[in-house]
Amino acid sequence: MSMAEEQIEKTFGQVIVKEEKARMQSKAVAGRELLLKVLAFLSPSLLLVLWEILSRLGVIDVRLFSSPSRIFYALIPMLYSGELLYHTMVSTRRIVLGFLAGAIPGVAIGLSMGLFPPVRASLMPMVAATFPIPKLAVMPLILIIFGLGETSKIFTIAIGVFYLVLINTMAGVLNIDEIYLDVAKNFGASRLQFYTTVALPGALPMIFAGFKLGMGTALLLIVAAELSAAKAGVGWMVWRAYDMFDIEKMFVALITMAFLGYVFSSLLDLIERIVIPWKNPKG
Amino acid sequence: MEESKGLNCFFSTEAILTENLTKVFKTRVGNIIALEDVNISVKQGEFLCIVGPSGCGKTTFLRILGGLEKQTSGRFYMRSRNPQKPLTSMVFQGDSIFPWMTVAENVTYGLRIKGIPPRDRREAAIRFLKLMGLLKFIDAYPYQLSGGMKQRINVARAFVSDPEILLMDEPFGALDEQNRLILQQELLKIWEGSGKTSLFITHSIDEALMLGDRVMVMTAHPGKIKAIVEVDIERPRNILLLRSSPEFASLYREIWHLLQEEVEKAKARELSA
Repeated sequence: MSMAEEQIEKTFGQVIVKEEKARMQSKAVAGRELLLKVLAFLSPSLLLVLWEILSRLGVIDVRLFSSPSRIFYALIPMLYSGELLYHTMVSTRRIVLGFLAGAIPGVAIGLSMGLFPPVRASLMPMVAATFPIPKLAVMPLILIIFGLGETSKIFTIAIGVFYLVLINTMAGVLNIDEIYLDVAKNFGASRLQFYTTVALPGALPMIFAGFKLGMGTALLLIVAAELSAAKAGVGWMVWRAYDMFDIEKMFVALITMAFLGYVFSSLLDLIERIVIPWKNPKG
Repeated sequence: MEESKGLNCFFSTEAILTENLTKVFKTRVGNIIALEDVNISVKQGEFLCIVGPSGCGKTTFLRILGGLEKQTSGRFYMRSRNPQKPLTSMVFQGDSIFPWMTVAENVTYGLRIKGIPPRDRREAAIRFLKLMGLLKFIDAYPYQLSGGMKQRINVARAFVSDPEILLMDEPFGALDEQNRLILQQELLKIWEGSGKTSLFITHSIDEALMLGDRVMVMTAHPGKIKAIVEVDIERPRNILLLRSSPEFASLYREIWHLLQEEVEKAKARELSA
């Protein structure tokens, strides 16, 4: 073997070693990712198992904390009878209508407050003064005004959504980078062209952030809205279960709410991806 | 722009003429003179580069010409040879392409504002992006593009609107050296074909000499014209060969000396303040 060959072998040997190292590294990365996925699934399952075991051993009081199996056995007949679906639909209708009733005027007024300083100057004091009032504190008044029907529940949710969407929309317009205003001006955009090509699309990400916050509040308010003078709904289920001391049913209602929250936020994410295709998915 | 009385001499070969253009910013700490008595005439089809220490009012000068700001006193004239065309288009410093528009929509924004129908805009986008080798990104969004590509779109947007005068505010300032060289060469190529009167702000003497017919050196506080240097290097220019030519070296030295004085003055001012 000549010196040169030796040299090559030495070099190639090193290359191979390095390649193997790289392969091992990528394997290790994949392995770590898998491990994280498994952990994300395993830890809640483990908690459920622990909960079940502790309740069976009598360490925790099943009358207060129930157990996964008991909740499951309560859930199945409610699913079959359609009882759960009925209450879920009643609440969903209230949430959706309340959300729309709050979000649509929220966007409209938020946009005009962001775009027109006179509108902002005249409305801002009222918004600032009424925004901090807890929406629950207004509920009795809403009940007196709108009665015990659906309107009062939808209105309660609408009010909570309205403020969050309005404030986010206005901030979205006001926070558009000034350079984009300069570009529009330099190209001679009219006011209307400026609204449609810069102000509205520029504010969209913040508007959606407002929608998401609003949806969280809607789920919060549905329980309160169904506390008084309701005959159906997942919020009502919780209070009904409280009256009957039916802990399993209460847990079923809570799980349904978690599920509703998940569905609504996934739905908003989906709409956001369609409406804002230009948003970097990596943040 | 304004009525022509009081106009001393605005020949048909000139595209821009400024007369004692002055801009004062009122701030809490007092008045800042951003521009003082700037007098310059720019010939039709000329490429004028503007260099100067930061804070010398280069950007303010361009923004006044572009109609984004009003001068405090003085006046300027710009010749419109074709009233159908926009008078000026600006290439902004840094990231100014709309994140919510595709490459095609960004590039043809000026046409959209003018009310050109979508099909014609699409054609214009295809024609221009082909020229810049960006055709396959025509429907991409800015977040999918590199910094160099974004600046190409930024420049393309101004060219596609087909203005009489191009105003460029350090368009390549944030790019790395390789991208910068490539974009400079590309800009020269499109510009030489278009014959557009162009004003170009830069920090780099290299860049000013590669692109410009003349280089306007400015002073800071107040922003004034210190000197105007003719760049007698023939076109079309090859950026790489240019750098090693003796004319380039001597012009570089000349401008560097002019700037050095200014930089030192600025330093002295900072120390005394």
